[in-house]
Amino acid sequence: MARSGPPLRLFQNWQAKLAATPMILTALVVFIGCSLWTVVYSFTNSRLLPRLEFVGLAQYERLWSTPRWQVSIENLAVYGVLSLILTLAIGFLLAVLLDQKIRFEDGFRTIILFPYALSFIVTGVVWQWILNPDFGLQHIVRGMGFSGFTFDPLNDPNLVILALLAAGIWQGAGLTTVILLAGLRGIDEDVWKAARVDGIPTWKTYIFIVLPMMKPVFATCVVLISAGIIKLYDLVVALTRGGPGIASEVPAKYVYDYMFGNQNLGQGFAASTMMLAAVLAIIIPFALFQLGRKRRV
Amino acid sequence: MSDAAFPTRAAAPARASAPRGRLLDGPAGVAPTRRMNPKRIMVYGGLIVFSIYYLLPLWVMVMTSLKGMPEIRMGNIFAPPMEITFEPWVKAWSEACTGLNCDGLSRGFFNSVAITVPATILSIAVAAVNGYALVNWRFKGSEVFFTILIFGAFIPYQVMIYPIVIILREIGLMGSVWGLVLVHVVFGMPIITLLFRNYFSSLPPELFKAARVDGAGFWGIFLRVLVPMSLPIFTVAVILQVTGIWNDFLFGVIYTRPDSYPMTVQLNNIVNSVQGVREYNVNMAATLLTGLVPLTIYFLSGKLFVRGIAAGAVKG
Repeated sequence: MARSGPPLRLFQNWQAKLAATPMILTALVVFIGCSLWTVVYSFTNSRLLPRLEFVGLAQYERLWSTPRWQVSIENLAVYGVLSLILTLAIGFLLAVLLDQKIRFEDGFRTIILFPYALSFIVTGVVWQWILNPDFGLQHIVRGMGFSGFTFDPLNDPNLVILALLAAGIWQGAGLTTVILLAGLRGIDEDVWKAARVDGIPTWKTYIFIVLPMMKPVFATCVVLISAGIIKLYDLVVALTRGGPGIASEVPAKYVYDYMFGNQNLGQGFAASTMMLAAVLAIIIPFALFQLGRKRRV
Repeated sequence: MSDAAFPTRAAAPARASAPRGRLLDGPAGVAPTRRMNPKRIMVYGGLIVFSIYYLLPLWVMVMTSLKGMPEIRMGNIFAPPMEITFEPWVKAWSEACTGLNCDGLSRGFFNSVAITVPATILSIAVAAVNGYALVNWRFKGSEVFFTILIFGAFIPYQVMIYPIVIILREIGLMGSVWGLVLVHVVFGMPIITLLFRNYFSSLPPELFKAARVDGAGFWGIFLRVLVPMSLPIFTVAVILQVTGIWNDFLFGVIYTRPDSYPMTVQLNNIVNSVQGVREYNVNMAATLLTGLVPLTIYFLSGKLFVRGIAAGAVKG
């Protein structure tokens, strides 16, 4: 394109290169450089300040023997699986409902998606209030005559994950709904005609014909939801602050607290490296799958 | 892939018009069901139940914020206030305490404005130029950097936050609003660059070639030809960035000091502070105030918001 440019190759197209400098710096310095830096320092015994004194896998051994980390991982796994399943199920159900040529479709969609515009802090604070044992749901059900009714997830270590789920799905399921709805609208009309001619009931068409056709859209949703799950932090801070006790701790919060609260950088680095490993374990197969799909087309 | 994956309406009219066409041609096949039948009732019933789940928190927020504390202690959080008071709103805005500061959320609001405005403008300017260079001025390695950028969008922030603290400290921006702006520019880059790259590559290449023949250079083509015809995509990017940056908590709490905390951080500090009597009405007014900016954008922008998040969504 820049055939008339100066002979030196580096300076060919120099304006574009100059203009792309922020992108190049972001890619190399932040995304690659900073990530590698953290991985390297996770093998050191840095505490208040980072220092290059290597201790092998000691931080990781300590990490995996810390109860708080074990609880965090367990919570993330339970929350992740339930949130993924529920978000996809609710998202698909809502998308199908919205797809029935209904009136006020825009209105319903606006209602379903609006929490997505709100921050997790706002979401967490609102749900903390709704689930407040003295004023919220529990109080109201008791007031209706069920005086023995107990539902206090914010103070029950076994149920606190439900509070996170209710709030998380409230905030995020609208996005899945919208993406899946777009996927439904992308299905060829002929598929529906053929199913109608064969006399297949609508619900069966959705589950056995349309659902398998939407695999790529679902894959996108799964990646998006998973990326959000691993980053789960703000919601926990605002809704439960990790409590009761350590019952709702999550890895991202562990990282933050050890880096900036407990001044134990090495632990923070090791924990964040584990998070990176988890993400790579999801992203790499997905990227290969996408690559394979492109090759075949 | 992004535009093709989101034909909100493109396919819908085709299907919606099918029964109507049949009506004109005379009866054939199943009559279109227009009246209420059990199936329709189930559809609307389901949607209404979900709508209640989605609207209830908003309702509770508004109602609680308009009540006095005595009424909250006695009553039902779902009930509308018997006596409307705007005092919680005033208090949340100008008197609520975070730590030693008792000047309310207004401080956080103006901090958030001071962060969001430059961060939105800068990140979009940088990303638009990136997208333009990636489409029209490819150079050796440009696609590699772009691929790294897109992969970078999936790296958990926790892996990068500490080295960035060091970088910001070195360049003297740690704790300042501008440091946070820089962080937002960096982390907003993948999605917004993708957005512009896809948009620019959908434009006819003849446009670019004609401008080249006319002697326009790198910036000339960008500013005089591409930018004027990219208004919709700029709007989408603004919506995406303003809501994203306004709602950020993690970066705000790490890279700013208490006097420059954004609104979300301040809200969390007000609500989750341990000391003092809890004033739930003030908390809810503060929550609504914090959510007001993104909600306004959401309700005003309508379809564009959906387009924005969908474009961001298919970044894989």
